[in-house]
Amino acid sequence: MKILVPLKRVADPDNANKVKVTAGKLDTTGMQWKPNPFDEYAVETALRLTENGANTKARLGEVIVVTVGPKEAEQQLRGALATGADRAIRVDANDEDIDGDVVARALKSIIEKEQPDLVLLGKQAVDGDSNQVAQLLAEYLGWPQATFAGSIKSEDDKALLVGREVDGGTLTLRVTLPAIVSVDLRIVAPTSVSSKASPAHTYADGVRFAALMAIMAAKKKPLVEMKLADVVSDAASKIAYGGYELPPARKAGIKVKDVAELVDKLRNEARVV
Amino acid sequence: MSHTLVIAELHEGKVRKSTLSAVSFARQVSQPFDVLVIGAGAAAAAAELTGFGAGKVLVADDASLANYICERFAPTVAALGKGYKVVVATASSFGKDLAPRVAAKLGAGYVADISGVTAEGGKLVYRRPVFAGNAYGSCTLATAIQVVTVRQSEFGAAEASGGASAVESVPVQPADAAAARVEFISLEGAKSERPDLGEARVIVSGGRALKEQFAQVLDPLANLLGAAVGASRAACDAGYAPAELQVGQTGRIVAPTLYVAVGISGAIQHLAGMKGSKTIVAINKDAEAPIFQVADYGLVADLFAAVPAMVSSLK
Ligand SMILES: Cc1cc2nc3c(=O)[nH]c(=O)nc-3n(C[C@H](O)[C@H](O)[C@H](O)COP(=O)(O)OP(=O)(O)OC[C@H]3O[C@@H](n4cnc5c(N)ncnc54)[C@H](O)[C@@H]3O)c2cc1C
Ligand SMILES: Nc1ncnc2c1ncn2[C@@H]1O[C@H](COP(=O)(O)O)[C@@H](O)[C@H]1O
Repeated sequence: MKILVPLKRVADPDNANKVKVTAGKLDTTGMQWKPNPFDEYAVETALRLTENGANTKARLGEVIVVTVGPKEAEQQLRGALATGADRAIRVDANDEDIDGDVVARALKSIIEKEQPDLVLLGKQAVDGDSNQVAQLLAEYLGWPQATFAGSIKSEDDKALLVGREVDGGTLTLRVTLPAIVSVDLRIVAPTSVSSKASPAHTYADGVRFAALMAIMAAKKKPLVEMKLADVVSDAASKIAYGGYELPPARKAGIKVKDVAELVDKLRNEARVV
Repeated sequence: MSHTLVIAELHEGKVRKSTLSAVSFARQVSQPFDVLVIGAGAAAAAAELTGFGAGKVLVADDASLANYICERFAPTVAALGKGYKVVVATASSFGKDLAPRVAAKLGAGYVADISGVTAEGGKLVYRRPVFAGNAYGSCTLATAIQVVTVRQSEFGAAEASGGASAVESVPVQPADAAAARVEFISLEGAKSERPDLGEARVIVSGGRALKEQFAQVLDPLANLLGAAVGASRAACDAGYAPAELQVGQTGRIVAPTLYVAVGISGAIQHLAGMKGSKTIVAINKDAEAPIFQVADYGLVADLFAAVPAMVSSLK
């Protein structure tokens, strides 16, 4: 199977240095950059689908990672290459100049050239929390979409059984490839992904880490750079952000000394029970 | 001509209450609006939405829409959406899956998961949380048609306003060609007597600390308060609670009157899903846990003693 994984680098919101707002603009100074966690899960999923569980060295397919972003994002692409992806593409752009729609159109044009069997994306990028690129891309390509996947089973590398995490449960779809799938958190649980080659293999929980040797070797794997104008004829964003502000602060609460005081406060002060 | 088209969501033949958040949006924009009820059985459910002030309640009912498949629903929504300035759905898993594909069909811009809307100089300005709610951005769309999803916790359920909107049947468009490559297999949900997380007045939520005693410790308190039960990601990942109970950036976003966080540390991704709650209680044995920064009432205690004590004291 040939799988393409779009990957974005994000300023980590989980970092001790939180995003700031300076003069109405987002200020990410001091924040750490890392791959969007859902995209790391997508890479891990792609690797699981293209290997024979027990023998992770012998790849049974190709995994291509693609980012639309600045030069610095090559670090995150190399990270994905070190864990096992085969090659990378970077479309040069500044994050501020693009929106999800431009990204989807850029990906469409790359996908038409590469013709992968499957495109695996994260369900959302945790900076903008937009949750839209997979769905837009599916429509632009005219492909089926299976979003928020918590499990994927490759039946014969021609169709996938996808368990979508929806409000109140799991919705299972069978999608015939080529298709767009966006992945949710639980896709990296031990038995969430099963490949045709090793249907019963159990993985370690989470994503794999790269060995030092692999990190060195990843420096030699192909990484192609493209211009945004090479892949989209119109790079205009549909969405324009006018400004940012910090969320309203919550008024400081109190500590209660025991359960009796807590219940009293809830009854007589907050009046919520 | 109406301005906004609200997409209703059906579940087991009934309109999901979350739909009323999108209706609230339509009213706030204070322009005439219509509602589209789409799915097999839509005709029977349409009456549920005729008392909310819509110009028309449009019905797209067809056996081919028995189960939600985006590639079958999107063509009809987009065909109708062409006649409006704004197409809106609630940011449920249904709305988040469907709305972007509709936007792409319409060449429309899409804004996800908004927390507010204002009209400034004839333009709609959308406010939405970014970075797990650590900042809010204001944005506008450049396109003639705009597609948005609204956050259920920020747009309260609209109240019925009386009147009787006309119900009109509309044609169901042929499915996308891609629909031939998608087959619905099953929808499995844990059946629960409790209120839905998105609608509950009280939520009792548990973290990793509850271990295998998750239900044993929390159920009595939830039963007593008529509450929904929520969980942190760590509790879901460990299998102490089912995945659909997860509250947070990537789970359900909630804003009940009372949120009781038990044995939850308060990671930013969890806070993103509940810090809009009116009153927050935190029970944690670590006085430094970040959850206390958002709690109105914090109790530093061992939960295994505190929760049962709370139950006896509330009885
Ligand atoms: C991409 C991404 C998305 C995420 N999305 C979400 C999300 O949507 N929702 C979410 O919740 N998390 C999410 N997370 C995970 C999040 O970062 C935290 O790991 C998680 O919320 C921690 O869960 P917890 O508080 O239950 O566990 P822990 O952090 O382990 O905290 C357990 C707490 O229990 C307390 N405790 C232990 N024993 C007792 C006792 N006997 N009595 C009282 N207190 C006790 C401890 O002091 C501690 O504070 C996400 C993470 C990532 C990377
Ligand atoms: N600039 C980008 N470059 C590559 N992939 C992206 C980019 N932005 C978003 N994506 C992909 O689209 C998914 C959803 O992002 P979003 O719709 O922005 O929340 C991400 O998890 C990535 O897989």
